[in-house]
Amino acid sequence: MFFFFLTSGLFLGWTLGANDAANVFGSAVGSKMIRFKQAAIIASIFVILGAVLQGAGGSHTLGKLGSIDALGGAFTVALAAALVVFWMTKSKLPVSTTQAVVGAIIGWNFFTGSTTDINSLVKIVTTWIAGPILGGIFAVLLYLFLGFSLRKGKIHLLLQDAYTKYALIIVGAFGSYSLGANNIANVVGVFVPSAPNITLDFGLFTLDGTQILFLLGGIAIAVGIITYSKRVMMTVGNSIMKLSSETALVVVFSHSLVLFIFSSQSLSNLFVQIGLPPIPMVPVSSSQVIVGSIMGIALLKGGRNLDFSILGKIAAGWVATPVIAGLMSFITLFFMSNVFNLTVTQKQTDNVIKEQINTPPSAIEKTKVISTISTPKNQENTIELYQYALITAAIILLFIVLYLLWTIRKLRVHIKQNDYNEQILKYNEQQATLEFDLKITNNQNTRLEAAVKTKKKAQKRIALDIIQKTEVLNRLKVEIDQIKLKPENEIKYSDLNTIKMLITEQLNLDKERTSLYNYVKELNSSFYQNLEKKYSNLTEKEKRLCALLRLNLSSKELASILGISFKSVEVNRYRLRKKMNLKKQEKLVTIINKL
Amino acid sequence: MFNIFKTSKNVGISIDEFFDKIEFGNLNFKKGINNYLKGNISDFEENLKTNNALEQEADTLKRKIENDFYVYSLMPNYSSDIINLLEKSDDIIDMSKEVLSQFDVESPNIPEDIRKMYSKLTAASAKTVENLIPAARIFFISPELVKEKTQKVLFYHRETHTIATDIKRKLFKESSDLKLSEKIHLRYFALHIEQISSAAKVVALLLASLVLKIKM
Repeated sequence: MFFFFLTSGLFLGWTLGANDAANVFGSAVGSKMIRFKQAAIIASIFVILGAVLQGAGGSHTLGKLGSIDALGGAFTVALAAALVVFWMTKSKLPVSTTQAVVGAIIGWNFFTGSTTDINSLVKIVTTWIAGPILGGIFAVLLYLFLGFSLRKGKIHLLLQDAYTKYALIIVGAFGSYSLGANNIANVVGVFVPSAPNITLDFGLFTLDGTQILFLLGGIAIAVGIITYSKRVMMTVGNSIMKLSSETALVVVFSHSLVLFIFSSQSLSNLFVQIGLPPIPMVPVSSSQVIVGSIMGIALLKGGRNLDFSILGKIAAGWVATPVIAGLMSFITLFFMSNVFNLTVTQKQTDNVIKEQINTPPSAIEKTKVISTISTPKNQENTIELYQYALITAAIILLFIVLYLLWTIRKLRVHIKQNDYNEQILKYNEQQATLEFDLKITNNQNTRLEAAVKTKKKAQKRIALDIIQKTEVLNRLKVEIDQIKLKPENEIKYSDLNTIKMLITEQLNLDKERTSLYNYVKELNSSFYQNLEKKYSNLTEKEKRLCALLRLNLSSKELASILGISFKSVEVNRYRLRKKMNLKKQEKLVTIINKL
Repeated sequence: MFNIFKTSKNVGISIDEFFDKIEFGNLNFKKGINNYLKGNISDFEENLKTNNALEQEADTLKRKIENDFYVYSLMPNYSSDIINLLEKSDDIIDMSKEVLSQFDVESPNIPEDIRKMYSKLTAASAKTVENLIPAARIFFISPELVKEKTQKVLFYHRETHTIATDIKRKLFKESSDLKLSEKIHLRYFALHIEQISSAAKVVALLLASLVLKIKM
């Protein structure tokens, strides 16, 4: 149940990791000084370390501002803050997780009727203003110091670049540590009063309930860094800090120092020991400190091209974010407590118990259940983790074995599937080859059938010719026999004329020619189509001439076939050339053969 | 992990060697032109050979440096500018080799009275490059001192330009015994020598802009 309620805080941690890691490593990753993978690993480790080892201070101050005593209340407050951060980031409004959380806590105070500790509020607001200013001062001092060192050191630019690269990694690690230490209060600070009272013994060290909470918050920030910060670093992160690598180093270092100062209890104690006032342990906005640091350097350089509207935006953020978050928190708390009957404060439960003192025992039992959920057990439990570790290791091992078995099975299925696919592919290929062969054979058959048909026709025509010629020869024989029977003096010129007429009739080869033309047309059907397509203006006679020319017949032969003179053939060829628009160098027969 | 320091150091040494080649090339160029003007052709040919070798060595070094810059992501913010600086510096030795080669191939006939002017022009042009090399070297160690050196480069460039103009004026206005083709031919040689100084000026301006860019 506790972990369910913690999800809103973890979501807040995720957004913080996704957005604020860019402040630490954005410039280095954006300028490719460090690879993102490297930056993410370093940032994740140091954020968790900072959160667990030094995260308590900020949470304590937030607790003073408003001690959220019920888990439901903490959940709602964190959710309201997360929603405000999410919405304002999406609307591109200046927002800080710190200010959203503080606003949400004040909203809770209003809703539950708790008094807001004005001293704590003043301390927090002062720190918000002091953070960027201090960042600017540190940046200026560090910038001057670095500039002086570089001038005195006279290091080769390339070596200087290498040193800067490593310095960025070290400062980035310090920045991540400080971010974890300072900002963890924003993530899980509101859950601290409801933290389970347990101690985890890891053998070498132990973690109490609050530290476990910080560890979880730190992990949430780390997840945010690993999963989403790359995009922010490459876009927003780089645009905020488009600085030289040395200036980026100064800015990140001053930012880290400010965050560290406002989260280090030891430093605060040291201040008290030497007679100075203690440093307030307050979570400050990482982005605003970065902006303060950049502006400090810009002012040192003369303040040219300095956009003072950014200061206005920060100031607007100081006012707008807490107000919006407070309102959101109030509304969400009202909704949660009235619609879901969620216990958002312990006072509420106590009142309910007081009011229902005379109610039946079943109702009191119910209230007890609510109380058990909303308040942690006061009894501290120390959990020895050795046995748990063994059991966990065994379970993990079991999962690994199961996973491996599952993977092997999947692999086998995959191999089988691949084999099957290969076979199918092979069959398909074979089928395609066979179909292609079949198609070729069919085409050949069709061509052969057409040839047989043509040859049959030719045979028929030849047979008819023979019959016709036999008939003519028989008639000639009869005519000659009749003439032979006549006495020599009676043979007339007309008799000879009759024979001549018979022969002339035979020489009239129209029929034969027609059959020839049909024959040619049949054989060259595709040629006729092409001819029609390309030269649609040709007459039937001209097309026929083309078909005959395709047979490579000479003009003399053509004259004999067409029954015209040699000269007429030449004239016809000339006209054909003209109609086909042929140039002088183009040969008619070649053009026709190409069709 | 610490390879980057070793690589940076080695690249730094290579850059130094690269500028050494340009410097030697420049001195050799000056010597070569003077030898030609004095008629010591065998010495001139030797200078030409040396300059060819130096130019090739400079090219090899430049390629190696460029490669290291890209492979080891050295100075990612300024790598392209620095590579451009090396390219432009390489142009100087390329040009000096080219000019010597032109003297060798075209063998211009320089009249006695103008020879001294050509020698002066060569000296001024070489002086521009001589002042550029320390500026380029100091850029990698103390960029703030570059400005002092580049001022000298600009001064000698102006000097070179003045001498080149004087030569052209003398050729076209006072040398009536020369044919127009000879005048034009000689004019081109003055121009070629002057161009080396102009190339040095380009590098000097590039250095000045780079200093502003990398200034913290």
